[in-house]
Amino acid sequence: MATPTMEKADAAPEPGFADSPYITVTFRVRRFNSEVSAEATWEDFQLEIDPKERVLDGLHKIKWDLDGTLTFRRSCAHGICGSDAMRINGKNRLACKTLIKDINPEKPITVEPIKGLTVLKDLVVDMEPFFQAYRDVMPFLVTKDTNEPTRERLQSAEDRARFDDTTKCILCAACTSSCPVFWNDGQYFGPAAIVNAHRFIFDSRDEAGEQRLEILNDKDGVWRCRTTFNCTDACPRGIEVTKAIAEVKRALITRRF
Amino acid sequence: MSTTETTASGVGPVEGGSYNVDNPAPYIEAPRQRTKKTPKSTRGNFEMAAWLFMRLSGVVLVVLVIGHLLIQLVLDGGVSKIGFAFVAGRWASPWWQVWDLLMLWLAMLHGCNGLRTVINDYAERANTRLWLKGLLYTATVWTILLGTLVIFTFDPNIR
Ligand code: HEM
Ligand code: SF4
Ligand code: FES
Repeated sequence: MATPTMEKADAAPEPGFADSPYITVTFRVRRFNSEVSAEATWEDFQLEIDPKERVLDGLHKIKWDLDGTLTFRRSCAHGICGSDAMRINGKNRLACKTLIKDINPEKPITVEPIKGLTVLKDLVVDMEPFFQAYRDVMPFLVTKDTNEPTRERLQSAEDRARFDDTTKCILCAACTSSCPVFWNDGQYFGPAAIVNAHRFIFDSRDEAGEQRLEILNDKDGVWRCRTTFNCTDACPRGIEVTKAIAEVKRALITRRF
Repeated sequence: MSTTETTASGVGPVEGGSYNVDNPAPYIEAPRQRTKKTPKSTRGNFEMAAWLFMRLSGVVLVVLVIGHLLIQLVLDGGVSKIGFAFVAGRWASPWWQVWDLLMLWLAMLHGCNGLRTVINDYAERANTRLWLKGLLYTATVWTILLGTLVIFTFDPNIR
């Protein structure tokens, strides 16, 4: 014997229930597999997805339900680890911080690997040149005092605020791989390395600022920046990247003259 | 579907290569990897000087170029007044000689350095860069020398 509720479920859905939150979205993903072809190709996937979900959820749906060979990096899924920077609808973003509803799901959503780095498979690129530039600027505290510190290195709130913005970097490479100067020859240190140098150059506790400035005075250092502002637009942490680069340029000039 | 099959693998029979697990396609390398062989570069102050020069010469050029355009093209009858006599009259004064000389040098060096950065940013192969820059520097030196020569040796009585 059917209960009233069962009967209702069989009949036309109640008003309000009819409009399910799910919509159909096309993901147009740039695929590359060196074991199949030398060429990268676009592949379309149709998904039923809640527009309040993120692009990363869509990629998960593809990988888990449609095509297990899709390859991409992600770890935290909450905008902290910096693993999943990719070019979504032509802009560098973190897949885990981009909601479907915010990027016009009526049209196919394009997902590509970030540019300027070697594509290893699908959305995975070789990050080595990026981290090479990062290591080059010595992204660690340097002090002349060689003894073990016996107490905390104190710093005033103002001194801490001086470089607060550049402490937020998660090394996702969204900025560096959005920079047209980096795209050309990959020799430019790139915005991320400069941001992380800035974080120590303007830290009152650090004593290797001069050395880092000298490293960035390279012919492929800060002077290659053409103030395109792509990096500032791309940064998922909202860091004012171009401003940080300008501050390093200014520090170089004022220290020389 | 059969047509999409061929594009999905991306390699037509013409290209010949068939890639598999044992014979993977080569990766497209990032343009120039920084390797041990990459020259440990020039940390001189040249790029900083060039960067500063662009801004400083730009500021001076605003005055020189706008002044030049006003005098030549707008004030006092506009272009129609320009002729041999007009140029000869202006270059009789050391003030306009220095003005034009400064404008020549600054604009040429500014434009040359600007194009140098454009070449650095856009030319991909080392050889292309070399040739484009060679052409650029030759043209710049030639124009500066010729212009300077004319300003200093100009003879209003030439016929
Ligand atoms: C009128 C006043 C001028 C100002 C204020 C000015 C300013 C500048 C500045 C600041 C830059 C550097 C841009 C960067 O580093 O990103 C630049 C680049 C450049 N300038 Fe000028 N300039 C002026 C006139 C000229 C003239 C007369 C020429 C041609 C002879 C010229 C040719 C160039 C070129 C080719 C570039 C490189 C373009 C680029 O880097 O995107 N400029 N200018
Ligand atoms: S500055 Fe921003 S965009 Fe660049 S690596 Fe850091 S978090 Fe990513
Ligand atoms: S998965 Fe960690 S930042 Fe997106």
